[in-house]
Amino acid sequence: MNRPFSKRNRWRQPSVLPGFGLTFGFSLGWLTLIVLIPLATIFLKSAGMGWSDFIKVGFSERAVAAYRLSFGTAAAAGLVNAIFGLLVAWVLVRYSFPGKKIVNALVDLPFALPTAVAGIALTALYAPNGWIGQYLDPLGIKIAFTRIGIIIALVFIGLPFVVRSVEPVLADLGKDVEEAAATLGATRRQTFTRVIFPAIGPALLTGFALAFARGVGEYGSVIFISGNMPGKTEIAPLLIVTQLEQYAYDGATAIATVMMIASFAILLGINLVQAWSRGRAGA
Amino acid sequence: MITVQNISKRFGDYPALHNINLTIEPGEFIALLGPSGSGKTTLMRIIAGLEFQDSGHVLFDGEDVSTRKVAERGVGFVFQHYALFKHMTVAENVAFGLSVRKRKDRPSKIDIKARAEELLGLVQLGGLGNRYPAQLSGGQRQRVALARALAVEPQLLLLDEPFGALDAKVRKDLRRWLRGLHEQMGLTSIFVTHDQEEALELADRIVVMDHGVIEQVGTAEQVYMEPASPFVSDFVGEINRVDVTVTNGLIRLNDRQLDIAANGYADGPAQLHFRPHDVELAGADAGGLPIIVSNLFRKGGKWRVEGQCGTLDRVIEIDLDATDTPPHVGAELVVRPTKSRIFHTTGR
Amino acid sequence: MSQRAIVTESRFARGLLIGSALAFLGFFLLLPLVAVFSEALKQGVGTFWDAVKEPDALASIRLTLLIAAISVPLNVVFGIAASWAITKYSFRGKSLLITLIDLPFSVSPVVSGLIFVLLFGAHGWLGPWLSAHDVKIIFAVPGIILATVFITFPFVARELIPLMMEQGKDDEEAAVSLGANGWQTFWHVTLPNIRWGLLYGVLLCNARAMGEFGAVSVVSGHIRGLTNTMPLHVEILYNEYDFVGAFAVASLLAVLALVTLVAKSVLEWRFDYHHGGAGH
Repeated sequence: MNRPFSKRNRWRQPSVLPGFGLTFGFSLGWLTLIVLIPLATIFLKSAGMGWSDFIKVGFSERAVAAYRLSFGTAAAAGLVNAIFGLLVAWVLVRYSFPGKKIVNALVDLPFALPTAVAGIALTALYAPNGWIGQYLDPLGIKIAFTRIGIIIALVFIGLPFVVRSVEPVLADLGKDVEEAAATLGATRRQTFTRVIFPAIGPALLTGFALAFARGVGEYGSVIFISGNMPGKTEIAPLLIVTQLEQYAYDGATAIATVMMIASFAILLGINLVQAWSRGRAGA
Repeated sequence: MITVQNISKRFGDYPALHNINLTIEPGEFIALLGPSGSGKTTLMRIIAGLEFQDSGHVLFDGEDVSTRKVAERGVGFVFQHYALFKHMTVAENVAFGLSVRKRKDRPSKIDIKARAEELLGLVQLGGLGNRYPAQLSGGQRQRVALARALAVEPQLLLLDEPFGALDAKVRKDLRRWLRGLHEQMGLTSIFVTHDQEEALELADRIVVMDHGVIEQVGTAEQVYMEPASPFVSDFVGEINRVDVTVTNGLIRLNDRQLDIAANGYADGPAQLHFRPHDVELAGADAGGLPIIVSNLFRKGGKWRVEGQCGTLDRVIEIDLDATDTPPHVGAELVVRPTKSRIFHTTGR
Repeated sequence: MSQRAIVTESRFARGLLIGSALAFLGFFLLLPLVAVFSEALKQGVGTFWDAVKEPDALASIRLTLLIAAISVPLNVVFGIAASWAITKYSFRGKSLLITLIDLPFSVSPVVSGLIFVLLFGAHGWLGPWLSAHDVKIIFAVPGIILATVFITFPFVARELIPLMMEQGKDDEEAAVSLGANGWQTFWHVTLPNIRWGLLYGVLLCNARAMGEFGAVSVVSGHIRGLTNTMPLHVEILYNEYDFVGAFAVASLLAVLALVTLVAKSVLEWRFDYHHGGAGH
């Protein structure tokens, strides 16, 4: 099995370290069993449906409304996070203030807090009788059970993606680069727009895409605050669950397939952007 | 003319610079030489306006620029690690300083482009304008940084450890090239270095610094041949240091009387400094330092001899003509410094 | 007093930026956290404890611990094996393998549950065979474990791969050249080098395993006392308008999140362990 100098093993370089066969074989086997085969079933099942059936259930009026809602709110939340995530990353990297370490730890809360907990907590805040909602309701502003509620939940979920993507790049951007811009006569504003922002742009885009991708598929934090009105506040993942509960496996599968292809396209996009910026900056 | 008057600077409790005074003539090439922590970089950053002094003034042609922002001082600064803008091409990097000017002062796009091309030609990087910094070698990046600094037509060029990040061969070529460029352009330039060889080779005058004060300002010849302090003597070039006693204008090493005049020196403990090449071998009873050869190797056109001198814990290094028969290890030699300096060990 | 640095903003701008960042974080992150505990303790500590000690709640806690106790070690073993294979050897298709390991991150939790329903559910591909042999996976604990393992699949590997890539294989080659076998090399050389990164990955993996909602919700069947994990129990109580009960169980999960954050921060400060960026 593990003969480092065997000619048949040309696809890998010889190594003196033992264990390649064991670790590679186990990883690949486990990956196939847990991830690849289960994921493949969804495509196989879609393929078995036939094109017209797939279109009929996968792009029904209700499904399209759900995609629109999921992708639209995820994009809106991603934008909010791109702006405030950049602000938070900037403040964390550039300035010192009391309690900074605690704030830094708090940024990861959405990674650590179960989504269902976030969901009921946000609902408790923004429901018409909630902590914040009770002051907004008399003004005619409704947050819970509307799109705004969904966006708020997705902002919560997505924030750390942007902050943690931008932070290392911002920290890596040497002080000397900004000093160089200053010695060359650039104002602080020019330094930001022409030197700092382009340098962190790819990272910001990555953070946005990660937050967006996560937002599109998010379920737990959204369903409590969204109200789940079909066609209005019914997100795509919820529609899958509803279809499943009605034993409409074809519908669930078709919607899941559409979402997965969209997610993979986003993932591919991120990788292309990263490869492109790496190629330029030679990281 | 650049004038630095009574500049002091503290970082917290750490005194980085103490009462620095310095005048730099137009067109001079000045080296700020010193070990790390000597304050040389801080002094240069204060001149540039990247750092601000606690007290004192910086004058450009008699005009106090102490409160002027870095952008308004007209200095070109080449950073130690170049600080090139990674997301811009080489040409965009060079053009940056011109393109951020206010609209009324800004040359047209075509002029900026032409100027960048011209500068890239000057630093021998013509045709590489469309590359990104990551695609260049260290020496090329260094020259891009230089072209970028020159683009804003500074009246003063500042270089922070300009050769620090380069390997030995590139460093040597670039050093010679930079000297030539300076002679060609005649731009007043200051560079910071911890490498005495670099300073000796390039600079018109060398400012030797230690612990936030200037130890000596002088030409390479002055600094090397007439060091003003034991620090300069030790830091610039190779030196042998021997602890001796001065009594009535005579120098004693333990019980031995050395044949070196010490007229005018006060009695007391002192340190005798001499360079390895400023020695001759003497007869056994002449007033020299007796050493026992412990090691010997060829160093260029000379024999480098290392030897133990009595109970001194420092190794004495001397250079002997390579045409002579070298002494063998264990041989006893008597070394007489032909040129030496004496520094009192108490006080500075 | 303070040094005037060139490359920073005015005091006012700095204060404004810090202020707005903190206001944003306070509003979007801190306030929900406060709300959980406040709602849980709304009717006093007694009511809170009663809700936690309720048998179905206790059963959900036990199940959640069991799920984590099984799925986290599985992913640790996989993570170590995969990162060893990926970082200590060079072979073709390596970046494809890394991409495949990351796949579960880009799949909606609901879809992650759905794929196991399609495989093992009553109407799924293996459903008839499974029911003929009286094996229950969907709407039972094995299904929950499968979904959790899938969801948390990349966590440990993703933390270890960049770390081990950075460390290279010099240490291991040195150990092998000194006569150590593979197992000794791993145990005495590699493991001490990666332990903080491993612990970091375990922390995040565990937090997600215990808190996963969407995927588990699809496969669990919501059978009280049997297939209800803590997050699912929160949902059931909430939908039954037992808000204090829901927030009581939720607050336990929030404590878990806080413990995770504190442990993570301690790792970062004490051991200067920097983790490789976003992506969870």
